[in-house]
Amino acid sequence: MRVQINGEERDIDAGATLASLVAELGLGERRIAVELNHGVVRRDRWPAVELRDHDLVEIVQFVGGG
Amino acid sequence: MSQPSAPDTYSLAGKTYRSRLIVGTGKYADFSETKRAIEASGAEIVTVAVRRVNITDPGRENLLDYLTPDRYTILPNTAGCTTIEDALRTCRLAREAGVGKLVKLEVIGDDATLFPDVPATIDAARQLVKEGFDVLPYVTDDVVACLRLEDVGCAAVMPLAAPIGSGLGIRNRYNLRIILERMSIPVIVDAGVGTASDAAVVMEMGCTAVLMNTAIAGANEPLRMARAMKLGVEAGREAYLAGRIPKKLYATASSPLSDLID
Repeated sequence: MRVQINGEERDIDAGATLASLVAELGLGERRIAVELNHGVVRRDRWPAVELRDHDLVEIVQFVGGG
Repeated sequence: MSQPSAPDTYSLAGKTYRSRLIVGTGKYADFSETKRAIEASGAEIVTVAVRRVNITDPGRENLLDYLTPDRYTILPNTAGCTTIEDALRTCRLAREAGVGKLVKLEVIGDDATLFPDVPATIDAARQLVKEGFDVLPYVTDDVVACLRLEDVGCAAVMPLAAPIGSGLGIRNRYNLRIILERMSIPVIVDAGVGTASDAAVVMEMGCTAVLMNTAIAGANEPLRMARAMKLGVEAGREAYLAGRIPKKLYATASSPLSDLID
């Protein structure tokens, strides 16, 4: 199935969860936050949230800023 | 012997700080320079931005590996947000990323000046306070806007001295004086400081703290400017506490006028 992550289209396996997606991207240990379809999803819920076709995922982190 | 005086600290959203210099982390050459400049500044609160992770190349290092939340209070900003909804989303994401509930709210109303959209800032602040955030709003040097932000429950107000990154110093001292007289919550000047004397003037006027980024990161020698800003802020604060002499038009001799030689 196809989802959009940070504006990029990606093919992912059916049954993938937010937790498995984050791990696959190599971000498991990072201090990040995740939004699914414009709503924040808490880290402790990532393993339970299965992705669906056409989902919109945003993954953010802290960068230098004023 | 006089009693040792209590340390000069201030409280913000329930935490006590000694350093009255708050610094941004943008525009440095790399994370190592960021870390060294911030150490030289003596700052205890640092601002950060919230941005998408590059999912194709996430990179190995992260800013917070260098500026650890156990040592610094991390103050996420909503820089780049032009709508209430974007600012709220950014704050909610920042809180979820796990550095606390303190946020620097910016809702930008104009690209050229980066002046805030004041009505949108007030509405966003009201909503964020309802959601439990400690809100530090960037705002124009307008006492009515600052009073409204105090009314909706902000932890401080952060009026600009001049446009972000302009280095012009305080453009309107009278507006800032009025704000300082009228506010009951801390006043932190945010944006527009160019050099150490600007920071000293801000503190001499009685502001609680001053926030800057470009003035340090953009200097030829950022580490040296970070130290200069630390000293400027401390000098200004000490002068404020000491109480300056009144300005007079005519001279008053410093040396005795009696017992002069003939």
